[in-house]
Amino acid sequence: MSSTSTEQTVISIAPPRDTALWADRTTSIGRYLRRNPTLLVGLLLLLGLLLFAVIGSFLVDVERARPLSARALQPPGGSLPFGSDKQGRDMFAVMVAGAPLTLRIGLIAGFIGTFVGATLAFVSAYYGGAVDNVIRGMVDIGLTVPGLMVLILIAMNLKGGLDVNQMALIVASLAWLFPARTIRSQVLTIKERGYVQIARLSGVSGPEIIIKELLPNLLPYMVASLVGSVAAAILASVGLAVLGLGPTESPDLGMTLYWVLYNAAIINGWWWWWVPPIVAIAVLFIGLFLVTVGLDEIANPRLRRQV
Amino acid sequence: MRLSYVFKRFGIFLLIVWLASSINFFLPRLGGQDPMRAHLLEQAMLGGYVQAGLEEMVQEYNVKFGLDKPLWQQYLNYLGDIARLDFNYSVSNYPRTVASMLADALPWTIGLLLTTTLLAFAIGTLLGAILGWPGAPRWLSFALPPLMALNAIPFFLLGLILIYLVTTRFPFFPLFGGYSPGTLLTLSLDSILDVLRHAILPAASIVLVAIGGWALGMRAMMVTTQGEDYTIFADAKGLLPFTIFLHYSVRNALLPQATALALVLGHIASGAVLVEVIFGYPGIGTVLYNAIRQSDYFLIQGIVFGVIVSLGLATFILDLIYPLLDPRITYRRG
Repeated sequence: MSSTSTEQTVISIAPPRDTALWADRTTSIGRYLRRNPTLLVGLLLLLGLLLFAVIGSFLVDVERARPLSARALQPPGGSLPFGSDKQGRDMFAVMVAGAPLTLRIGLIAGFIGTFVGATLAFVSAYYGGAVDNVIRGMVDIGLTVPGLMVLILIAMNLKGGLDVNQMALIVASLAWLFPARTIRSQVLTIKERGYVQIARLSGVSGPEIIIKELLPNLLPYMVASLVGSVAAAILASVGLAVLGLGPTESPDLGMTLYWVLYNAAIINGWWWWWVPPIVAIAVLFIGLFLVTVGLDEIANPRLRRQV
Repeated sequence: MRLSYVFKRFGIFLLIVWLASSINFFLPRLGGQDPMRAHLLEQAMLGGYVQAGLEEMVQEYNVKFGLDKPLWQQYLNYLGDIARLDFNYSVSNYPRTVASMLADALPWTIGLLLTTTLLAFAIGTLLGAILGWPGAPRWLSFALPPLMALNAIPFFLLGLILIYLVTTRFPFFPLFGGYSPGTLLTLSLDSILDVLRHAILPAASIVLVAIGGWALGMRAMMVTTQGEDYTIFADAKGLLPFTIFLHYSVRNALLPQATALALVLGHIASGAVLVEVIFGYPGIGTVLYNAIRQSDYFLIQGIVFGVIVSLGLATFILDLIYPLLDPRITYRRG
């Protein structure tokens, strides 16, 4: 008698999920996002920017982002919804082409940075000893050095016809430092847990423990770290571009800002030239920041009571 | 114990100086060509800047760098020059030396960075402490979203918006430069006020953004201290809420804030360089911007070295201050 009642309770607690698994999962994601407005707003901002670029690419020929595509310095109106700049770029085309380019720099550099940083972090924290000392020393000293300065030197030496991908690689050369430090400290906190020790005592090899035991548990944290790295990489690339070391031919957001500054568009009152890139960059950074904060909450549930 | 801690930190500082000079030496040589000649020729081809003195410079460099000597000897010579703070001549401002240009620009940058960092740290930390306190008025929590948004954008982006506001709406502050053109800087009240007026916009764009980060960090730390046993005990003892706030929560939440200062210093400096560029502030950033536009390689190298070493020094000083704030550090790391 008692055994049947337990069976019934078990069934009612865990109903079969296979029929509507996806619908179930989407509603639970939706419910979670309602509890985590930071993540929701951040995702919406990024989605809005992406939608603008995707829909825009159907409305305008991206080739019009090149100079001499339109009459110079036209305010918005007619065939030029965002006006044109001094060199005759169609500003709407510039924004449609530029936002994904900037995002691409961030994504390439962010992925490389997080991947290299995480690899070093796992090796350093799991094995410890001399390897750990060397990696930690490199990271500690590397983080003291202002990244932009080193990037300027690298970009100076490669100057002449940089393209967007090379720009991403330059930025990636320092993007691994911060993930390496933060992920290392996370690995340290979980590597002495019971399940890791049991795996070790069972004779599982180091790389296998890292991939099968440590990595899955740190995945949410690494995604948050990735988003942070993307934002940092975009910041660095925009900084380089504003200093005149960006990919000159490309219409990405950083270069657009460079031309705005170069031609003193703000003081001259050409508002249609500088408002779109500034708004796009602000939306991008605020979106990425909110997503990082929101993901941190998933990765680190102890934060939940604060936000 | 304490002395070994100081020595260790100083060792790290020396390592940073060595690293900075090695980057400066090896990066240009990775290209494979003779960097000095290539850059001087590039400069000559650009034309206009340095007709006078170019040939003497090439010859001087040939002797100076001993370009026929092996690489390690060149490297040692270079390190010797750096140790004597000899960064060669600025190509676009010949015959001025890079060291003298650095000496002119550094005080502006250090002044701007020091005041803005301290201001932002003080205001942001105070704000965060109040925001993270349960007794704070409810309406204050509306300050959070704008703080988060401001914290996310780069300094110079806010600077651009400020430039727009000042040109169109509030033309009270000078937009460009560090002092009124044509005036001689003296230690008079007028001069000081003039410099301060010019510093307001660049400073505001750094401070307003940086406040957000400090406030958010402090708020998070305040919340954690409230769950701690010692705070609950203080509350149970019947201490005044203000005493608990100041001596139990704030005192402990301040420590991570102070440690974070050393970590974000490089970030702030990188951002401030760009702020100087958009305001034409006569510090390192503007000199760097002009040097990049004129391919003045030695000047760029000198600035990069100067900034890295200054920040290394600042970190070293902060490292020496931390044990005074947190006695545990000496034991932990020593």
